[in-house]
Amino acid sequence: MAELEVQIKEENLVYRKSPLLTDKIMHYCPGCSHGTVHKLVAEVIDELGIQEKTIGVSPVGCSVFAYNYLHIDWSQAAHGRACAVATGIKRTNPDKMVFTYQGDGDLAAIGTAETIHACNRGENIAVIFINNAIYGMTGGQMAPTTLIGMKTATSPYGRDPKIHGFPYKIADIVSQLSGTCYVTRQSVHTPAAVRKTKAAIKKAFENAMAGKGLSFVEVVSTCNSGWKMSPVDANKWMEENLVPFYPLGDIKG
Amino acid sequence: MKKEVRLMKGNEVLAEAAIRCGADAYFGYPITPQSEVMETLMELQPWETTGMVVLQAESEVAAINMVYGAASTGKRVLTSSSSPGVSLMSEGFSYLAGAELPCVVINVTRGGPGLGTIQPSQSDYFQATKGGAHGDFHLITLAPSSVQEMHDFVFDAFELAFKYRNPVMILSDGVIGQMMEKVVLADQRPRRTEAEVIAAEKDWALTGKTADREEHVITSLELDPYAQERFNEKLIAKYNKVRENEVRYETYKTEDADYIIVAFGSAARICTMTVDMAREAGYKVGLIRPITLFPFPTKAIAEMAAKGAKGFLSAELNHGQMVEDVRLAVNGKAPVEHYGRSGGAVFSPDEVYNALLTKIIKK
Repeated sequence: MAELEVQIKEENLVYRKSPLLTDKIMHYCPGCSHGTVHKLVAEVIDELGIQEKTIGVSPVGCSVFAYNYLHIDWSQAAHGRACAVATGIKRTNPDKMVFTYQGDGDLAAIGTAETIHACNRGENIAVIFINNAIYGMTGGQMAPTTLIGMKTATSPYGRDPKIHGFPYKIADIVSQLSGTCYVTRQSVHTPAAVRKTKAAIKKAFENAMAGKGLSFVEVVSTCNSGWKMSPVDANKWMEENLVPFYPLGDIKG
Repeated sequence: MKKEVRLMKGNEVLAEAAIRCGADAYFGYPITPQSEVMETLMELQPWETTGMVVLQAESEVAAINMVYGAASTGKRVLTSSSSPGVSLMSEGFSYLAGAELPCVVINVTRGGPGLGTIQPSQSDYFQATKGGAHGDFHLITLAPSSVQEMHDFVFDAFELAFKYRNPVMILSDGVIGQMMEKVVLADQRPRRTEAEVIAAEKDWALTGKTADREEHVITSLELDPYAQERFNEKLIAKYNKVRENEVRYETYKTEDADYIIVAFGSAARICTMTVDMAREAGYKVGLIRPITLFPFPTKAIAEMAAKGAKGFLSAELNHGQMVEDVRLAVNGKAPVEHYGRSGGAVFSPDEVYNALLTKIIKK
């Protein structure tokens, strides 16, 4: 068998893994959007040159372990309280870049009060909101953003608004508040969408550093394990079902 | 230099002491009978002088998590509330203890359970001393019985919080919070600079990941049960050290006492009069006032029992909480009884005296 010669040369590199990403193997399922968004956050911090200034707040949910994957300081918040924790960090460390990274259950169910009020106070932080319409970590239960008719472990016959209430668009709600300067809804299911999400995260971080108020970046995401689909089917299902209800694009700013 | 002496309300002095001890931040939510703490801070505007942050949160839940965030970065941060509000914060106590974060929590207690009353009570003793939320942990708990101690214990509480990296509670009550007394104020201490925080808390605080160190992570999450057990054992070892080194109490006429009253906080002030009444009637009665409720002065009480005290009365503004710790300390060597009023009712020295006679001395 012929010997393989490594052809990668520094001058030929067009892309590399962000030095902000650790070498730990991610616990996310193959096909999950979290890995992509983590990568984008790492790239943005690296490109802005703010590793020493950045403090992340991880939630309860699948991304509780976000702190394992980025070479920055992290505080892990109680369920739903990330925006309050971030407020405490930012108010006492105004020169730091503080962001939260939260799922739909954390941000839009148990943490609704903390989310709304941090937005309304205009805390100079960035909020990254992964909306996959399901509770991933606990095994696929109904989320506040679960669509009508969508089957989950706690809505096994499909979400019925008479029993379970309605899904809601928290990005639209926080866009009404005076304290938010930028509210956008993006996705990471195509290369073009990934580039747009990266630009949104960058803008959010720049806003926070410039003291413009709170920036809110929702990323409509897939949870193929929770949805019980292949990664490819999950992307397709997301485009056909989630995106019509949660339309992509800037909402404010 | 001459010390500054003022006539002040207990709640106001908490605010004044927080600023003077160089605290970095206060996060709170209004609740009677302690709303003057945040009102005083907002009036004094310490952000203009020392740079201390003061923020009214949307709830006690948010306030304690703001404390968690600021404490993550090595800042000296405190909050205050009263009983129902403290219950809302209790989830945060568990996370703070689990993440080994220092902070100060003040509970100016009122009568419970539920929304209860707005009058003073000591019915949060269990919550304040046994952990008060899920998991194997304790708060270190100081119980002031004067406005001066409200002042002094803010300084002491921060010292203990950082020494042990654990939340410290000042368990006060509506009497001490609302009454006015003469207080000697400490001189203003500077807040720590960023460089001082980095130097002092270099092993753990979130000060930004620099090239010379690994990233710091503040978390209380563990997936491996054996790692969690090892961590819990480390916490327990810490609490044993606290038990060994930080017990504080005061005694009044106990040297020759046959009967001992055990009381803390405002109840202890009332009971000093009971001691005097009993002494006048010819009974050798003394008082021990636990100042730290966790760690409890178990050894001091055990020694009194060993020396032949004939009976103990735990006088509390509740229906019998601290009495359990007194019983454990006395360990069957003498009768231990409880006397209390609750729900915001406060006993008089005579009521305690009568209870002492009927429950202990003449029984």
